Amino acid sequence: MFKRFFGGRSGLTNLALLAILLFAVLPLSLDIFRLNLVGKYLTYAFVALGLVVLWGKGGVLSLGQGVFFGLGGYCMAMFLKLEASDPISTKIQSTPGIPDFMDWNQLKALPAFWVPFKSLPFSLLAVVVVPSVVAFIVGLAMFKRRVGGVYFAIITQALALILSLGIDGNQGVTGGRNGITDLRTLWGWDIRAQSSQYILYFVTCFLLLATIVGLQWLLSGRMGKTLGAIRDREDRVRFSGYDVDLFKVSAFVLAAGIAGVGGALFVLQVGFISPSLVGIVPSIEMVIFAAVGGRHSLLGAVYGTLIVNTGKSLFSETFPQLWLFAMGGLFIAVVVLFPNGLAGIWDLARRQGWSKFVRAKAGTAAADAVGLASTLSANPAKEGKS
Amino acid sequence: MLAYSASELWSIFIMQGFAGLSLFSVLLLMALGLAIIFGQMGVVNLAHGEFMALGAYVVYLCSTLVQNHAPALQPYYFLVAIAIAFVAAALLGLLVEWSLIRYLYRRPLDTLLATWGLSLVLQQAFRSTFGAREVTPTLPDWLMGSFKPTESIDIPINGVFVMALTLVLTGAVWLFLYRSRAGLHMRATVQNRAMSGAIGINTGLVDRLAFSLGCGIAGVAGAAFTTIGSTGPDSGSRYIVDTFLVVVFGGTASLLGTIASAFGIAQGQSVCEFFLQGTMGKVAVLLGIVVILMIRPQGLFASKVRS
Repeated sequence: MFKRFFGGRSGLTNLALLAILLFAVLPLSLDIFRLNLVGKYLTYAFVALGLVVLWGKGGVLSLGQGVFFGLGGYCMAMFLKLEASDPISTKIQSTPGIPDFMDWNQLKALPAFWVPFKSLPFSLLAVVVVPSVVAFIVGLAMFKRRVGGVYFAIITQALALILSLGIDGNQGVTGGRNGITDLRTLWGWDIRAQSSQYILYFVTCFLLLATIVGLQWLLSGRMGKTLGAIRDREDRVRFSGYDVDLFKVSAFVLAAGIAGVGGALFVLQVGFISPSLVGIVPSIEMVIFAAVGGRHSLLGAVYGTLIVNTGKSLFSETFPQLWLFAMGGLFIAVVVLFPNGLAGIWDLARRQGWSKFVRAKAGTAAADAVGLASTLSANPAKEGKS
Repeated sequence: MLAYSASELWSIFIMQGFAGLSLFSVLLLMALGLAIIFGQMGVVNLAHGEFMALGAYVVYLCSTLVQNHAPALQPYYFLVAIAIAFVAAALLGLLVEWSLIRYLYRRPLDTLLATWGLSLVLQQAFRSTFGAREVTPTLPDWLMGSFKPTESIDIPINGVFVMALTLVLTGAVWLFLYRSRAGLHMRATVQNRAMSGAIGINTGLVDRLAFSLGCGIAGVAGAAFTTIGSTGPDSGSRYIVDTFLVVVFGGTASLLGTIASAFGIAQGQSVCEFFLQGTMGKVAVLLGIVVILMIRPQGLFASKVRS
């Protein structure tokens, strides 16, 4: 049981290191503004964790995870917005009691699908259920028809475009391009106060670690093994009598539900949500976080998210010109030279011993590239499994 | 209900039909290059839009050069600029294939990620070179203005030009694929790589040329787009989803499918945009495509089973 939850002693050590970093080192060394930023990055890490299950384990790449992050976020934001638009604080509007952007768009009453979001339990449930249901429908339709590989990636990318354009185009009921802003309280609790920002940060860290432990347990069992087998030899698993589609759908639904939780925590910490967090670019950036951290490693995904985002904010503060060069270059390098990301480098280093690794590092990277090149040029067949 | 007279309705019908045809040629131009790179070779090139933007920037450069140094050539430069755009984009494509893509043929999902990284780098390169503002080349006079067969019908000449270019380019791609030796080699390589290699086709070279050709066509598409809109560093990324959907919807490895799907999507979109406001027309069309692809994942004209 211990082994399954924490991945043995070395797994527990790594998890403890992450816990110390998140719960002690960062809160003690950063001011609240920076800590709030870290909290925001950690909400993206939820999406990256989902991608580790779906893409790293299952071999299914979704370029539409922003959809689920956004759906979770919007579910949370709708509740918060309704609470912020009580009839007293909105009495200057022509229709008091509805969100301000609806009033600006001449709506006279709350649209029906907003009404249930007056209830907090319903909204919290919706944060997980809405993304999961969407993922279930899309996943079932696609995997049952054996749509996989790049086609799945392209169609999910189209979904991200559809949702972001759809939100953008219906300003009256969704807040349009500006999104849902000016969120204040959660059941009377001011989420913008400094103390609440600390609490929300710790809640995010706790949920993140709990998700990691849960996924660790899931992936070390039958589900993880079958997903890995599907990734490596889908036909063989299918012929052995497994319902491959069901495993893929489950992984997709799981990744979507986790992404929804991340979206809700994002809204609580940052105080708004907009279509710019749903579209193509954020969706693919979340894949980058997982890839840089290591697509097979849960902890790697968290570190990847933190490192890429920290790099992004440091670079864009000091050399905004260089940021996209650095990000694009890093990404190409990771994909071509280190397909297993930082976690892969870490494992390699631990197996070889650090001192030897540091000496040999440059050499291996080059050798990997050369080896890859020579195997490919020796046998340039490209009908690989996608 | 607004009252239109019969002749006004007829003019609206003609112009709306023309708008659809115009969008059709734009989509087809975008998709032609990708139909080779993705449809034939199976390489997911997310930087395809940036190759279009490169073509557009080449036209802008040519226009600025001509204006500053040889204003007399102004009416003629555009056709030369299109050729330069093709060469520039094809050369960049050759470089990218040689330095990046050839290591990733066995990992299609990783190609997708690496080319996304490439598109970020290219976008920033455009931004650093040409600035973040959108640019428009000075077009020759013969591309301006419009053609008026009757009082209420108004057909822009640049639209007609883009259509003509699309027609020529589609014809050229068809001739290349189905009537030339290089095209034969390419189709053979797509169908059976090992056997093609065994009968003496240099499949590595075929890959490189095919990728480079697709990029060159993207460059021409970008050059053509300067006649209907301005170019910014991120123009390319705005087209990329539509472009992929056109190719996937048509069915891969089928030129006819790409043409049919560009036509269907364009007509659908211009009709929806007439009835629905703003971006919702596009949302409706994209949703329609995704739903159809869920029911018929192989696309309109399937010629092989998808793995």
